[in-house]
Amino acid sequence: MSQNDLGTYAVNTWCPGCGNFAILNAVKAILDELRNEGFPLEKVVLVSGIGCHAKIVDYINVNSFYSIHGRVVPVAIGIKLANPDLKVIGFAGDGDAYGEGLEHLIFAAKRNIDITMIIHNNRVYGLTTGQYTPTSPLGFRGRSTPFGTRELPINPLELMLSSGATFLARGYSHGIELLKGIFKEALAHKGFSLVDVLQVCVTFYNMYQYYTRHAYELKDHDPRNYDGALQKIREWDYNKEAPIALGTFYKKEAATFEEPFRDYGAQVDRGSKIRQLLEKNI
Amino acid sequence: MADFSVLIGGKAGEGINQAASLIAHLLNRLGWRIYVYLDYPSLIRGGHNFAIIRASEKKIAVHRDKIDVLLALNQDTVDLHKHRLKDNSLIVYDSDTVKSKGSGLPLEKMIKEEGGSAIMRNSCIIGAFCRAAGIKQDILEEVFKKHIPREADLNIKIALRGYNETEESLALPAISQAPFSLFTGNEAIGLGLIKAGLKSYIAYPMTPSSGVLHFLAGLSKEFSLKVVHPESEISVILMALGFAYCGEKAAVGTSGGGFCLMNEGLSLAGMAELPVVIVMGQRPGPSTGVPTYTAQADLNFVLNAGHGEFVRLVTAPGDAEEACYWSAVALNIAWKYQIPCFVLTDKTLNEATFSFEASAVDSVKEEPPLLWDKDGDYKRYLNTETGVSPLAFVPRKGAVIKASSYEHDDYGITTEDPATITSSYDKRLRKEKYLAQDLEKYRAVKAYGNPSAECAVVCWGSNKGVCVEAAEKLGLKVIQPLVLSPFPLKQFSEALKGAKKVICVENNATGMLAGLMSARGLKVDKMILKYDGRPFSLDELESRLGEAMR
Repeated sequence: MSQNDLGTYAVNTWCPGCGNFAILNAVKAILDELRNEGFPLEKVVLVSGIGCHAKIVDYINVNSFYSIHGRVVPVAIGIKLANPDLKVIGFAGDGDAYGEGLEHLIFAAKRNIDITMIIHNNRVYGLTTGQYTPTSPLGFRGRSTPFGTRELPINPLELMLSSGATFLARGYSHGIELLKGIFKEALAHKGFSLVDVLQVCVTFYNMYQYYTRHAYELKDHDPRNYDGALQKIREWDYNKEAPIALGTFYKKEAATFEEPFRDYGAQVDRGSKIRQLLEKNI
Repeated sequence: MADFSVLIGGKAGEGINQAASLIAHLLNRLGWRIYVYLDYPSLIRGGHNFAIIRASEKKIAVHRDKIDVLLALNQDTVDLHKHRLKDNSLIVYDSDTVKSKGSGLPLEKMIKEEGGSAIMRNSCIIGAFCRAAGIKQDILEEVFKKHIPREADLNIKIALRGYNETEESLALPAISQAPFSLFTGNEAIGLGLIKAGLKSYIAYPMTPSSGVLHFLAGLSKEFSLKVVHPESEISVILMALGFAYCGEKAAVGTSGGGFCLMNEGLSLAGMAELPVVIVMGQRPGPSTGVPTYTAQADLNFVLNAGHGEFVRLVTAPGDAEEACYWSAVALNIAWKYQIPCFVLTDKTLNEATFSFEASAVDSVKEEPPLLWDKDGDYKRYLNTETGVSPLAFVPRKGAVIKASSYEHDDYGITTEDPATITSSYDKRLRKEKYLAQDLEKYRAVKAYGNPSAECAVVCWGSNKGVCVEAAEKLGLKVIQPLVLSPFPLKQFSEALKGAKKVICVENNATGMLAGLMSARGLKVDKMILKYDGRPFSLDELESRLGEAMR
């Protein structure tokens, strides 16, 4: 596979109309822009979990690690710590990141490790044929909850803000230019960035009309103001009917977790140091 | 052989571990070979902690029941270890807090007078021990200076107070042999991993393997090691696989409970062909079990852990040198075959202190993995004769490197095609044949004792020390497999030749090695099992072997 083309020979198996296409196209466009700006694409590593979203790594011809359900974040952290020069982009579903792997997301935000997480948040389990997720609204009727859920959804952005994330944004799988802009900003951010993408599952939870009716682009919002960001993040709680803001909610500069690891990895004369250690322990 | 045991005991928080280490170093300095057994309950303060420091002319790896010196910082130490005393055992105790026969010193009063803190009672009692044993003052001072991290001078002052107020009564001879370095099993594992090129160690603290984490974290700057303690064992192994993907040699450490959490990551390593070393320190289970004690009951778990079928190496070293050597081998083999490799240990081996022969670390070196050095398309999972695909690491210009947990083709692209599934599966499993051949170069099975004995004692892991010493006394043969997967059937059968009676010695309730042997058609006549969380002492095994042979 030549890297002139960012696509691969893998047959795309997403449903027609799937919101993942918008994410795929936006990511490819951003990678192409990065390359044209002189950033070597061999320094990009994509990590995915399990679910429809995860197939994205098969469809993009750059380095990738197709991980397991819920574990995108620790793999991405390992890669970033091994080589802080890499640009590590994690893709995860809402079940993946906000359900089974939630602990990792909180710790990644707490550590402010410089990775970008793109969450394909369709608020339903697609590949397992339509069960509720951590962001499904109250009363959601899925195959595991035929009489409706009895729990409120998580507001992932609020959770991430309180966990110490230094970049938080929301995208929508309709309107690729805005999505590209958000991705580009997230990738440029030094520190932990998360983009919650309202990625519509046309088969099991088609929310296009709902989102299009409620979504608006954030304007005149100061992303450096924590309280202002919190207020905007709370405007829609993934449950009640409310305006849904798209764009960057929060952005902050802070020390990143991987930086000190740059100092490690130098070649040392281990033989002589071990001899000293043997001597020390006599 | 000349042989000598010192027991020091007190409450948790009174520095028994550090005191045992100092006594070990003092005796080491006189040329004795050392083994230290640590026994402590799972609490931070209180309870009863003790250590038995055994010194011998020859190398040893087990403690004895009887002791020659009892150093008591509390009443429990006197009361709980009466049965260990010989007629002429010396007892030194803190007369401010303990009632006993023997030689009492008012330790509390003495440290107060010298301006020391409560923890320095153990320095005072060690000083008394040195004088009683005829250990010279300059040796005491030298050892304290070298091995006490803080306030060495004050500790020496306090030790000399104990020294000067005690009479010489033991006249312990010096042995004319050079002292060895002293290392715990955990430290020996760390040394082996470093020597074989470890770049990162990732672990969540869990007894008994936390010592590896502490040792490597302490050395991280000096050896340029990335040592990480993440949020869970799940994260631990996944991070390690991220490191491996980037070409950095990584190891993780845990015990049964933490290893439960690592199982999905283990399967991922199996499918994605990512090398990782897992240090698995066993302790009694199931579940939390008895967290600070010992067991060998996770062998079947480790042999079978993870879903699906994939190749793994399981090594079970028996002492510090083997722990060092086989940890290094495990790292090399993990990278040579791109498979998960286990160093299966137990609390006894992890936390015991041994006289360590430097040749163990000299005998291993880092072995480079098979690297991709071609231009053109890179196939991460190129289907080769041995099943091993050449590696390339990010960032590599012109190469797209795709690792995958999903069944995949040569490029790493997902497949559900039956023919590709079969050939990819075969590729991964084919490694076992070459690995088994490779293991013929190693002493994967060792034999000790009388080679022509009709009775063979079979053991694994930390029981090596006790079995070898007991068998030498009783004229038996000992067989110790150091590799349990792939099972070294050829070497094992060879070692077993001529044995008419086979006795399996294990620290579990069901005889896991015996089961493994039976499954391969190797007959086991008797099992000597112990599963009370305590290791066999030499005396105990001798007597149980005696019964088993009757």
